[in-house]
Amino acid sequence: RDRVSTQSTGKKSLEEIIKTQTGKAQSLAGQIWNHTFYWNALHPKGGGKPSGKIAEAIDKSFGSFDAFKKEFDDAATTHFGSGWAWLVRDDNNKLSVTSTHDGGNPLSEGKTPVLTIDVWEHAYYIDYRHDRASYVKAWWELVNWEWATQQLKH
Amino acid sequence: MLYKKLSSLLRSSTNKLDRVVWRKYTTGAAGGEPFTLPPLPYPKKALAPIVSEETLEYHYEKHHRTYVTKLNGLVANSPKATMTLEDLIKSEKGGIYNNAAQVWNHTFYWNCMSPDGGGAPKGQIGQEIDKAFGSFDEFKKQFTQEAVTHFGSGWAWLVKDQDKLKVISGHDAENPISKGLIPVLTCDVWEHAYYIDFRNDRAKYVEKWWDLVNWDFVSKNL
Repeated sequence: RDRVSTQSTGKKSLEEIIKTQTGKAQSLAGQIWNHTFYWNALHPKGGGKPSGKIAEAIDKSFGSFDAFKKEFDDAATTHFGSGWAWLVRDDNNKLSVTSTHDGGNPLSEGKTPVLTIDVWEHAYYIDYRHDRASYVKAWWELVNWEWATQQLKH
Repeated sequence: MLYKKLSSLLRSSTNKLDRVVWRKYTTGAAGGEPFTLPPLPYPKKALAPIVSEETLEYHYEKHHRTYVTKLNGLVANSPKATMTLEDLIKSEKGGIYNNAAQVWNHTFYWNCMSPDGGGAPKGQIGQEIDKAFGSFDEFKKQFTQEAVTHFGSGWAWLVKDQDKLKVISGHDAENPISKGLIPVLTCDVWEHAYYIDFRNDRAKYVEKWWDLVNWDFVSKNL
């Protein structure tokens, strides 16, 4: 997490740029941050159902894992153009699903990312061509629930 | 019967797209018929290797066709089903706009390319480009820059603004008609347009794309 947030060029960190700048700087900083977060949110041994704190937070916020999954799938599959779908939290660990366009990041809206999926076409075009829905379906087998748990407020 | 006649007319006149036929495909069907996917002006192999057969297979059969299907679904059983594509582009927002514009944009894009395309524009279009940009090379430079640097999904356009030719880009589905501009030439820079053939190298795709530009069609858009 430290590696993701404090990597900096010049005087501001990525997170500072995301939260305080607009335009090209914000988009590019966002994309650096988003991709680093995305790699970490995946794991070759990932997948399956979450357990422990993250599972509790999901159940509390969405009612059930299936309800959360449906909302996340919807956000990821229907996003028009380039962007990202997110599981985010507030300061009380209340979870919600959101999406950002292009290089956007929920930090600029005061939300803390917990999971993300890249739905820019470059993320899935080699392996799934146009079929974003199949990519999203397969992505669940890689979800790094440990990483997600680490993003919660402890 | 009429559809067959029109589509064979289209196929037999790859470079000389009749304005009447073009209007049918960009304005959509009035009177409640569903919007249809216009045929490609050339076989799917025709633009290879710059735009491969595989790319056209996905880009046309999946992406373009899906926009048509989605649009029909969104306007079904509403007065909007009787509107033309261009009117929908002028008046709508959200999902209907996105799908109507993408149907229009892609039809325009296919027609902006030809297996016999490329080279420098001559005649009126050549003159107007020289007038607006100084030279074809300068125009090419500006258009390329706009196409290559556009962040995220979108389109690069040569448009007519009142009587002036300009280069602009549109984000996602954005179509210049919604801003009262006249589309003259377009290049699709959504990643799906080039990822099969060029992967991340959009600059290479745009560089090669110039060899396909159908100046006959472009000149009819002035």
